[in-house]
Amino acid sequence: MSQPATLTWFARHELCLFWRDWLSMMTAGKRSREPVLVVVALVFAVLIHLLAYYLVAPLAEAGIAPDKATLVAVTGSAFLSWTLMLSQAMESVTRAFYTRQDLDLILSSPASARRVFAVRMAAIALAATALTTVLAGPFLNVLVLTDGARWLAGYGVLAAMGALSTAFAVVLTVALFRGLGPRRTRLISQIVSAVVGAAFVIGVQAVAILSTGSFSRLAFLRSERVVALAPETESLLWRPAQAAMGDLPALGLVLAASLGLLVVVIAVFSANFGDHVVAAAGVAYEGNKARRARESFRPASTERALRRKEWTLLRRDPWLMSQTLMQILYLLPPALLLWQSFADNVGALLVMVPVMVMASGQLAGGLAWLAVSGEDAPDLVASAPISPRAVIAAKIEAVLGAVAMVVAPLLLALALAAPRLALAAALGIAVAACSGTLIQIWFRAQAKRSNFRRRQTSSRVATLAEALSSILWAGTAALAAAGSWFAAALAAVALLGLAGTWMIRPRQTEGV
Amino acid sequence: MARPARTNTRESAAAMSPLLPALELRGLTKRFDRPAVDGLDLAVRGGEFYALLGPNGAGKTTTLRIVAGLLRPDAGAVSVFGIDALRHPAEAKRVIAWVSDEPMIYDKLTPFEYLEFVAGLWSIDAATAEARARGLIDWLGLGPHAHERCQGFSKGMRQKVALAGALVHEPRLIILDEPLTGLDAGSARQVKDVLAGRVRDGATVIMTTHILEVAERMAERIGVIDKGRLIAEGSLDELRRRAGKGDSSLEDIFLELVAEQSGGA
Repeated sequence: MSQPATLTWFARHELCLFWRDWLSMMTAGKRSREPVLVVVALVFAVLIHLLAYYLVAPLAEAGIAPDKATLVAVTGSAFLSWTLMLSQAMESVTRAFYTRQDLDLILSSPASARRVFAVRMAAIALAATALTTVLAGPFLNVLVLTDGARWLAGYGVLAAMGALSTAFAVVLTVALFRGLGPRRTRLISQIVSAVVGAAFVIGVQAVAILSTGSFSRLAFLRSERVVALAPETESLLWRPAQAAMGDLPALGLVLAASLGLLVVVIAVFSANFGDHVVAAAGVAYEGNKARRARESFRPASTERALRRKEWTLLRRDPWLMSQTLMQILYLLPPALLLWQSFADNVGALLVMVPVMVMASGQLAGGLAWLAVSGEDAPDLVASAPISPRAVIAAKIEAVLGAVAMVVAPLLLALALAAPRLALAAALGIAVAACSGTLIQIWFRAQAKRSNFRRRQTSSRVATLAEALSSILWAGTAALAAAGSWFAAALAAVALLGLAGTWMIRPRQTEGV
Repeated sequence: MARPARTNTRESAAAMSPLLPALELRGLTKRFDRPAVDGLDLAVRGGEFYALLGPNGAGKTTTLRIVAGLLRPDAGAVSVFGIDALRHPAEAKRVIAWVSDEPMIYDKLTPFEYLEFVAGLWSIDAATAEARARGLIDWLGLGPHAHERCQGFSKGMRQKVALAGALVHEPRLIILDEPLTGLDAGSARQVKDVLAGRVRDGATVIMTTHILEVAERMAERIGVIDKGRLIAEGSLDELRRRAGKGDSSLEDIFLELVAEQSGGA
């Protein structure tokens, strides 16, 4: 048993909270779901190992040598994962600043705040590593089985990546905090983390489109031109990739450098972290600035008042802004393809259709959750003299209007280049957005708007159904755009899926 | 499960007569794991200040949420100024305002925008609503903050914004569930003054509170419920007479009534 208020004592406390929080998130707080969770985890593990085997085994059979081409591909893929880890770590650090939870208790106690924050920074590194390990681990396991135990060193590289991303995230967030102040950092940091998460993926994709005319990142990373431009195998740049491939001195160097950097960052920044948290807490108590005020009320029907309110809240939600920005960022590569192929290669534009439909379905689902489940004043709206059906209708209009505003410019550009594809995309977008919205309405469960990140936990069925629906409508739109009659079959499957989701929806009881 | 009883009341100008009770509950029943409201009969006259008291879990909030149209009862009838609130909820809601202990406001809207939104929900003409909103904002001392977003407002300020929202459509029946919880003395006084002013102007107020002094000083009639049933009702003097204690406080009477009920149960 560790002594109270020591580093290990705080670590035990944090680990316990983290485990319970994670378990609650995965089971939506229902203990009866724990056995189901174990089964789902096992099935997921088997499936992802099978997928990894399908993708990696042929490469291993051909022999994986630490040559320049392999180093470029491994380094590129690892850097891609690292940017996602950095994004996740930045968001965690920002949350550590602004989410109070138990900080009032801890900061008002005589315990060392420095120790608490040191443990929390280490926990962020651990969480970032764990998440990436879930996705990358099966690939490493398959490589261990097919190409040898040397690939076990990959786990060490994952730990190094987690440490490095957390160190960067702390430095970057604290720099933003000091440079911009607590009020602006929250928004900017969330946007930066979203952009960081998407930037490399999109950047490589954009370069791939410009150079090879395809979306394939791997094809780009393995292309002769990139390999020719890359430094020689002796370069320090390749040490992480070499470490992952079993080069033990390289692994030692990578681990020492990244863990060392994290320790230094924790030592330097944990001391003042409490001050930043206190400053961030002050933001809530500072008087708001009076905004440029409208002088008078605008006339509005009940439905219009609801729509206007939803749009105002969506516009003023920084987290949502960053999420929407992500969705728009992911539309950039197809937009680039559109620009590159304009008027001379309509066939290549076909890939835009499913991307836009998929993004619209997901965006609509997120917005619908905010508008319906994330309603901050449900009693107010329910006590108004308007039928629940009219409230829902107004909210659907608000969601679909917002989606339309996001995709309209791209759709318009597509219509100029390929009207038939634009029509297929428009129909697909409309149906996918409606489906995503309906699923969120069927599975609505009152929650705090700030719990947007955890909306999936309220209903796994809704999350899966929303993703499946978006995928199916994206496929349908792509097939329709290609002129294939299979589109009708896929549309029927999508409709059946929707009908099935409707049949298993929970019964809504409240309200008159 | 029994269907809620329905009356044949039709909405009309006659139905809105001030002679009708502001609220009439007949055999109201709502069950969750156990009965929350158990065949409750209650009548509140138009233009009166009625305090609904009861221990925790007595069924006060469930009753008021049913009246406000936020819950559907298992059985019983709810009539608001003669309107069958279960059959014609929108008509009933038009004359009701609901204020809960947790202020229902939007952090990202300013009080001015919030009142504009509420006025839109009740379809109040923009010019009329704006004039009322400005009056309420001044009356409740929200003027300096009218164009600041509500995030970071104190509990008292949030409750005042919620109260202004409840009053902007000039309801005839104002239902408040613990509206003074967590308010400082100044804010509580302002809220009480606003409610007293509304009653003087002819509105009906039904309020639950655990602050018995407030019920003692403000309410014309007091109802005490326990285990979902009305166990006593009347003015303070009537309750004193019933308890056989001429000068006792409402607190003493309330505790005795509840203890009596628990003993008899």
